[in-house]
Amino acid sequence: MKTAQKGTSIRSKASLTGWAFVGLAVIMIFVFYFYPMFQALLLSFKSGTGMNLDFVGLDNYKRLFTDTTFRTALANTFIYLIIQVPVMIILALFISVLLNNSELKFKGFFRTAIFLPAVTSLVAYSVIFKYLFATDGLINKLLMKIALIQTPIEWITDPFWAKITIIIAITWRWTGYNMIFYLSSLQNIDHSIYEAARIDGASSVRQFFGITIPLLKPIILFTSITSTIGTLQLFDEVVNITKGGPGNATLSISQYIYNLSFKYSSDFGYAATVSYSIVIIIIILAFLQFKLAGDDK
Amino acid sequence: MSKLKKIGMYTFLIVAAFISIFPFLWMITSATNTSADVTKGTILPGSHLFENISNLFATIDIGTALLNSAKVSVTTTVLSLVIASLAGYGFEIYRSKAKDVVFSILLLSMMIPFAAIMIPLFQMFAKISNSAPAIGIDTLSGVILPTVVTAFLIFFFRQNAKMFPRDLLEAGRIDGLSELGLFFRVFLPTMKTTYAAAGIITFMSSWNNYLWPLIVLQSPENQTVPMLISQLGSSYSPDYGIIMTAIVISTIPTALVFFFMQKHFVAGMTGSVK
Repeated sequence: MKTAQKGTSIRSKASLTGWAFVGLAVIMIFVFYFYPMFQALLLSFKSGTGMNLDFVGLDNYKRLFTDTTFRTALANTFIYLIIQVPVMIILALFISVLLNNSELKFKGFFRTAIFLPAVTSLVAYSVIFKYLFATDGLINKLLMKIALIQTPIEWITDPFWAKITIIIAITWRWTGYNMIFYLSSLQNIDHSIYEAARIDGASSVRQFFGITIPLLKPIILFTSITSTIGTLQLFDEVVNITKGGPGNATLSISQYIYNLSFKYSSDFGYAATVSYSIVIIIIILAFLQFKLAGDDK
Repeated sequence: MSKLKKIGMYTFLIVAAFISIFPFLWMITSATNTSADVTKGTILPGSHLFENISNLFATIDIGTALLNSAKVSVTTTVLSLVIASLAGYGFEIYRSKAKDVVFSILLLSMMIPFAAIMIPLFQMFAKISNSAPAIGIDTLSGVILPTVVTAFLIFFFRQNAKMFPRDLLEAGRIDGLSELGLFFRVFLPTMKTTYAAAGIITFMSSWNNYLWPLIVLQSPENQTVPMLISQLGSSYSPDYGIIMTAIVISTIPTALVFFFMQKHFVAGMTGSVK
């Protein structure tokens, strides 16, 4: 927007130098992202085991529409998405507003503590959650000790509770991460805006919805898109906490693609077809989220 | 603020902080207890830490996994920082219409889910294996190569290059530095904080990466730490004391990075979207 180069001779030379700087990175992104993406599209019209694939036209896409396992994985992923992402974003917003309060003491401690889960590896925390939420695990023991429940909850082995466990786990891992984004945006908001609102007699609830939310809109949009993409790619947690079970009750799309490629008698072609469904869903959802947030950017 | 509101606020934050920290505390105390004690539901620290550590190293080859993960993460981080910062700098300092178009195309790659490209990537490396086994399937280079450059990192460096004072470049040119010299002698030293933040993000995601190593690596001697932890976690008769010790050890590198560079870490995460 503002760069004004000095002369034409410098410009053409600078342009060439510039390409030399960006070249390697551009090539690598094309080789390791766009080329595989294109290959996956070609693959989605092929079928067979291992590396022996034949062109089958739209057969894979027909199979997709009658595949009940795919439907289950899709439904599971959407349940995670619809429940987990809004809960987490609201929770993260609420915490960040509390932490932004100028009268709050021990701010640093609270911030670090709540952010801490974001530094753990997905596999490590998943294994810990698997043990904590085992039927004879610590969570059930504690809940029974304080008499909140009489019989242990089957957190991992019941189809309903297993989904809840996955949702609790993801929320634990990512709330602090999103909270940091909101907090740093909140710190950029001029305090005099709130001052003026208070003088006008606006309650803190009205301030939240009237000032905070509108000002944070771009960052809320950013985090909701990244969370959506993240949830659609859910793999580590499901594999390590429930293995996708019981049955296929917690199976995610990414895990199904992995299973199709490397676990069952491998069918790379059909797996690629399933993977394209995620791409299409991401495009649709990102588009919807942009629309929902309005065009004012 | 009313007293009631204050109490509510602190109660909520204390509960949230407790829930966030509790699994860590349990992980650490479990590493000091025997498997039987962990099963019983002990949450207090025990006295079996050293026993667990020696049992862990005696029964499981965690040393190899740690070494593999270290090799992968350090190499990825160094290569990433060099290649992505060169690009971010190039896109911003030598800005042109054509480059801007290429840049926005690169950004689209952030929307590509890894699950959608993992099969073609696997096939690509299987093919590479035939002609160059040293960088193909079941090699650490195979793990590193596709994860080195991300559009996010290029974007991150470009955003930060926007704040870089151009006068310094002019001064360097007058001193007779080459264009590459300007980058290494002027830009790089002034942008230490940016490099620190980018380095932390890359190191952490590389250390914790699970799915791609799981696909590309096959032999046990090439296993990375997350693969090992996952395998331990799915054993049928787990020794909780030993497994928790392994998890604690595997978390130490990222925890250290986090605690010593917390400021850069947060700045790095949020800086690029401001």
